[in-house]
Amino acid sequence: MAVDSAAMLAWLEKVAGRLHEQRAYLTDLDAAIGDADHGVNMDRGFTAVMAKLQAEGAPADVGAILKTVGATLVSTVGGASGPLYGTAFLRAGMALAGKTALEPDDIEDGLKAALEGIKARGKAQAGEKTMIDALEPAVAAFSAALAAGKDKRAALAATADAAEEGMRATIPLLATKGRASYLGERSRDHQDPGATSAAMILRAAADQE
Amino acid sequence: MAVGLVIVSHSQRLAEGVAELAGQMTQGAVKIVAAGGTDSGELGTSLEKVQRALEAADSGDGVLLLIDLGSATMVAQMALEALPEERRARVLLSDAPLVEGAVVAAVEASIGSDLAQVAATAKDAVTMDKGVGG
Repeated sequence: MAVDSAAMLAWLEKVAGRLHEQRAYLTDLDAAIGDADHGVNMDRGFTAVMAKLQAEGAPADVGAILKTVGATLVSTVGGASGPLYGTAFLRAGMALAGKTALEPDDIEDGLKAALEGIKARGKAQAGEKTMIDALEPAVAAFSAALAAGKDKRAALAATADAAEEGMRATIPLLATKGRASYLGERSRDHQDPGATSAAMILRAAADQE
Repeated sequence: MAVGLVIVSHSQRLAEGVAELAGQMTQGAVKIVAAGGTDSGELGTSLEKVQRALEAADSGDGVLLLIDLGSATMVAQMALEALPEERRARVLLSDAPLVEGAVVAAVEASIGSDLAQVAATAKDAVTMDKGVGG
């Protein structure tokens, strides 16, 4: 089934719920190598997103929902993840503007636009111990699954698996972007909080299926 | 008027303190606007605060945006992108050290220098000698 406005809203609700549940865990990860605010910030951002969508009602245009999510995250998160996730959702929203039901190809377009947005905003590449280390293999896994003829459910499962694998692979990496880069070698042996929240967001999508 | 300054910091008190320190050098001749902390005053950065500060600091001669670290860079860039083109042309984002950069930029702006000159002077602050010796 295509992803319509109601399905998009259900996914965002699941994301908001998981980030709320995992807020202490994300903040603990960030305390080890950053400024100890990632869980609190993501929870605040997605709580604001849900409040806004519930107050205004979600439009049928799925791209418009994503743009609202992006704009709300930019103005409420308060840390680097605000501009980064904000840009990701805004770019996905622009790529999918006017669509009321997303087919798997649309989801691929949205994922690619989101990844490119984060890379451009953060001027970052894979291997720098950031959310890109989860997102880039995840987006590639979605494309590969579609190319192999898999359905949306299988493709989203492969996406979440790849994101979690990328997330775990950040543990030995040296951080060269973001607050963790100030720690130099001491940033090794810790899992990146941004990669972790990115994997949670994608796992929530797989679990919707 | 003169080139205005916007001070972006994760800390509201730090932004206000830098604005206070730089303002002491210019006695009101330069608009120096602090944009520190989140909307609720916690540690972090706020796009809306930066946008409001850009508005308040711009008297037509341009604005130099000075930032502390981390997300301040991305938030400042997003604020710039959101400006209409004719206003964006008179705002520059500085990678100068926040305290020294703000102080020398304020002095430079107070003598009527244009935005490019104020930005160049702020950037040079990275080489400022504090007289520690050695």
